Amino acid sequence: MLTTEYSISDEIFEIIRSVHDPEIPVLTVVDLGVVKKVRVKDHKVFIDITPTYSGCPAMDVISDDLIAALKAKGYQAEINLILSPAWSTDMITETGRKAMEVYGIAAPLEPSNDILALTEDAKMVPCTRCQSKNTKLISQFGSTACKALFQCNDCHEPFDYFKCLK
Amino acid sequence: MENKIYDYLLTLGDNSLILGHRLSELCGHGPSLETDIALTNISLDLYGQVRNFFQYASELSGEDASEDSVAFLRTEREYKNSWLVEQPNEDFAHVICRQFLFDSFHMPLMKQLCSSSDERIAAIAEKSIKESLYHERFSSEWMKRLGGGTEVSNQKLQSALNHLYLFINEFFQETPLDKEMKENGIGADLEAIKEVYFQNVNTLLKEAELTIPETNWRQTDGKQGFHSEHLGFILAELQYMQRTYPNSEW
Repeated sequence: MLTTEYSISDEIFEIIRSVHDPEIPVLTVVDLGVVKKVRVKDHKVFIDITPTYSGCPAMDVISDDLIAALKAKGYQAEINLILSPAWSTDMITETGRKAMEVYGIAAPLEPSNDILALTEDAKMVPCTRCQSKNTKLISQFGSTACKALFQCNDCHEPFDYFKCLK
Repeated sequence: MENKIYDYLLTLGDNSLILGHRLSELCGHGPSLETDIALTNISLDLYGQVRNFFQYASELSGEDASEDSVAFLRTEREYKNSWLVEQPNEDFAHVICRQFLFDSFHMPLMKQLCSSSDERIAAIAEKSIKESLYHERFSSEWMKRLGGGTEVSNQKLQSALNHLYLFINEFFQETPLDKEMKENGIGADLEAIKEVYFQNVNTLLKEAELTIPETNWRQTDGKQGFHSEHLGFILAELQYMQRTYPNSEW
């Protein structure tokens, strides 16, 4: 269920793509995979977004930012929050994963490795600074609901890990 | 029928609301920075799930209802949460044990609700389950760590378990509403969950070197609106702003 329907002009797509996640400003909402469907009817843009985590306060900000960005270009917008299909970290695009890594957040691992890294202290999450996998878990929960805290044993860099959600 | 789904949504949401509030009390007071962040993160996830349930409930009840009015403007007898989640934080052992006993119920409940004939409930459950998996992992790990830790940590956890164990049977008390919801395919089959629950819980308690409390007394009826005195104090704090400044927003 990773398809996203965009039956819209390039202009509107670019406006939507100019909106970033407030917590991870290097990620556009499109790369984050929360924009699920966009339709235009009578000069009004209807956007379906799916929340990353149920209680994520960023979703309200993202909705407001989308409306403001479209309004600035003369479009009215309506945001609809949908829960199904539920968001998963697979919906983050490859561009998104790379941007995240450069920003200092390790991208999500596959579920089986994610469990090992978060509960068995398996050395699997690569350090975002020196790429060493000799890293350790500091906390299963981080600064936002979607992240855990890790530290590199080689260069000692503390960094966030974006938890796998599938 | 809509009235009944409304009531059922409260049954599903109130446990998360009250437990979310209890956990939020720990914000800035956790025993360590990491556990403080973890517990408030869990609180946030639970509030998120509650918002989904109550947004749906407010749409069903129509009139001027909103997710906020459903959460804040009911009286004590109208809350359907279990006694377990309203128990005070006491110490870290109580917090972890309460969380573990709740997560062990919440996960299979949400799993079942994924196949609810009500699409909206199924979607909320599908969303919740992914987050609750992390909660369950967190509380189970801590159960093992405290139980298998020092003599003192084991004793404290055992004493928390002895107290909180009195409240878990209530999860499986089938009210007429639960029965009806199960029969029409909207709700969960509590009897089936009960079996999984005790299997999982007892296995972990053993692994955590704890003794399963022996008691025949079981508290029930939170679902019917009968609560311990703790809920009154929780609501006093939770509802103060909305009662004092009706419809205030920020």
